[in-house]
Amino acid sequence: MVDLSVDLGFLKLRNPVLAASGTFGYGLEFEPFMDLNSIGGFVVKGLYFGPREGNPPPRLVETAGGLINAIGLQGVGVEQFAEEILPRLRKYQTAVFVNVCGASDEEYIRVIEHLNRHQGIAAYELNISCPNVEKNGVCPALNSDHTFSLVKMAKQASRLPIIAKLSPNVTDIVAIAKAAEEGGADGLSLINTILAMAVDIETRRPKLSNTFGGLSGPAIKPIALRMVYQVASAVKIPVIGIGGIMTGADALEFMMAGAKAVEVGTANFVDPAATLRIVREIEDFCRRNNIKKIAGLVGTLKA
Amino acid sequence: MTKDPAARIVHKQEWGDYFLFGVESPALAGEAKPGQFLMVRVSDHIDPLLRRPLSIHARERNTLEIFFKIAGQGTSLLARKKEEDRLDILGPLGAGFRLDAGLKGKAVFLVGGGRGIAPLYFLARELRTAGARVKVLYGGKSLPDLPLRHKFEQAGLDVACSTDDGSSGFHGLVTGLLQSEANKQNPAALFVCGPDPMMKKTAEFAAREKIPAQFSLESMMGCGFGACWGCVKRIRKGDDGAWRKICEDGPVFSGDEIVWEEEG
Repeated sequence: MVDLSVDLGFLKLRNPVLAASGTFGYGLEFEPFMDLNSIGGFVVKGLYFGPREGNPPPRLVETAGGLINAIGLQGVGVEQFAEEILPRLRKYQTAVFVNVCGASDEEYIRVIEHLNRHQGIAAYELNISCPNVEKNGVCPALNSDHTFSLVKMAKQASRLPIIAKLSPNVTDIVAIAKAAEEGGADGLSLINTILAMAVDIETRRPKLSNTFGGLSGPAIKPIALRMVYQVASAVKIPVIGIGGIMTGADALEFMMAGAKAVEVGTANFVDPAATLRIVREIEDFCRRNNIKKIAGLVGTLKA
Repeated sequence: MTKDPAARIVHKQEWGDYFLFGVESPALAGEAKPGQFLMVRVSDHIDPLLRRPLSIHARERNTLEIFFKIAGQGTSLLARKKEEDRLDILGPLGAGFRLDAGLKGKAVFLVGGGRGIAPLYFLARELRTAGARVKVLYGGKSLPDLPLRHKFEQAGLDVACSTDDGSSGFHGLVTGLLQSEANKQNPAALFVCGPDPMMKKTAEFAAREKIPAQFSLESMMGCGFGACWGCVKRIRKGDDGAWRKICEDGPVFSGDEIVWEEEG
């Protein structure tokens, strides 16, 4: 029997596999394919205060080993989420994280204050890094000072732990990670998507209506892994690794590089039970290698 | 909605760029309704990564059929699969066509353009079983773009064809054929699938003639089951229209719900 549980300090997870925001809907979409209790948890689609219309199509383009999306965070607002969706998630024993968005610092705080009044959320993942909101991809996570001040404000407003989700679209990810840690973040998740584009040579137009979008999928895994390793080596708070994880082996790479848990994203589109399969693949690896506790594997990279 | 990781290809036919596979899968076939679709993996590897959405073309007991045209890397890989190969398929997905009980004894037209004919064979047979008088209008650029004509005829369905170049049937667009057939007998309903400009024209015709019409929309899809929000179209549902998911809210919509894009 392998002990797959991991302790983030502020929260114990049944196993280290979470589903990433924006790839798992509100969780309910995956009920036909898997038991949501079988994974460590999931992060629901990013929430602004009000409902969001999102970008016009085309919103997705497939590229080598991945896809670029510019959905524009279409979805319900906090009220509808809290009234209609959250009650349906409470029956699960799994950890539900809410990805918190804002067009301004004040909006992030309003979302947190509203959700504070409701039960059934394990932690907030502060989405300071979504590249689609502004056309040029500007977000708080591109700047250390903004990251510090926003995380600090969020932490003061929140009754729940705060995980800051970092952007890879920076020169020095460690500086941003440290700013979030100093701001009081309880954990970090990285990476969000990489700002990218694709061109239709017949029409000479961008393939996305928004021109730019966020690249995800296996194509970004080596970059994500490098950043997770750098950050996990530099901060004391737990790091959740994200970026192109398709298999248990991918997840284990992130964990050895220092991630206490992982989020699986794009793989959910291809295989709706990917998270569950990855849990089993991690368990198989542990059994084959006589590893009793997965937590003991974190940060064991020999470098 | 289920996942069959190993649905067996039991037969394969091809006509140039067009392909028809029979895929054995009791789990998928049991639930299938006309107008629903499947998400099919075309590679075991990470490139291309995403599944391809394909209409359910027919159902025979434990077997579903898919019909497609090579349109890019994904369908080109799929076309290379052989009999006895296994396909990883998610489905059946989407809401499908609404079969109104009031259509019994009435004339209905099914209008298909190019590979858009795919879902209409399944639908034609279900509508006929429900007692409707089915006429299939099948249009393509040229004779080789009408590979399923004989299949419809062999099933005893009334089919009329059009080609843009006049190489077979009505000379002109399928929307022209529709106009000409509607002059002979007025249909009680239209069921349409094809390229966007053809569907838009058909929607304008249906609105003008006040004929209820359902359209099966096509889109590139990230997941096919509502999680990615990538496949949206502007759709009215008692409102001014919002970006609604083709995979989950559709792929079939009424003509009066769809906000068609301007050409150009």
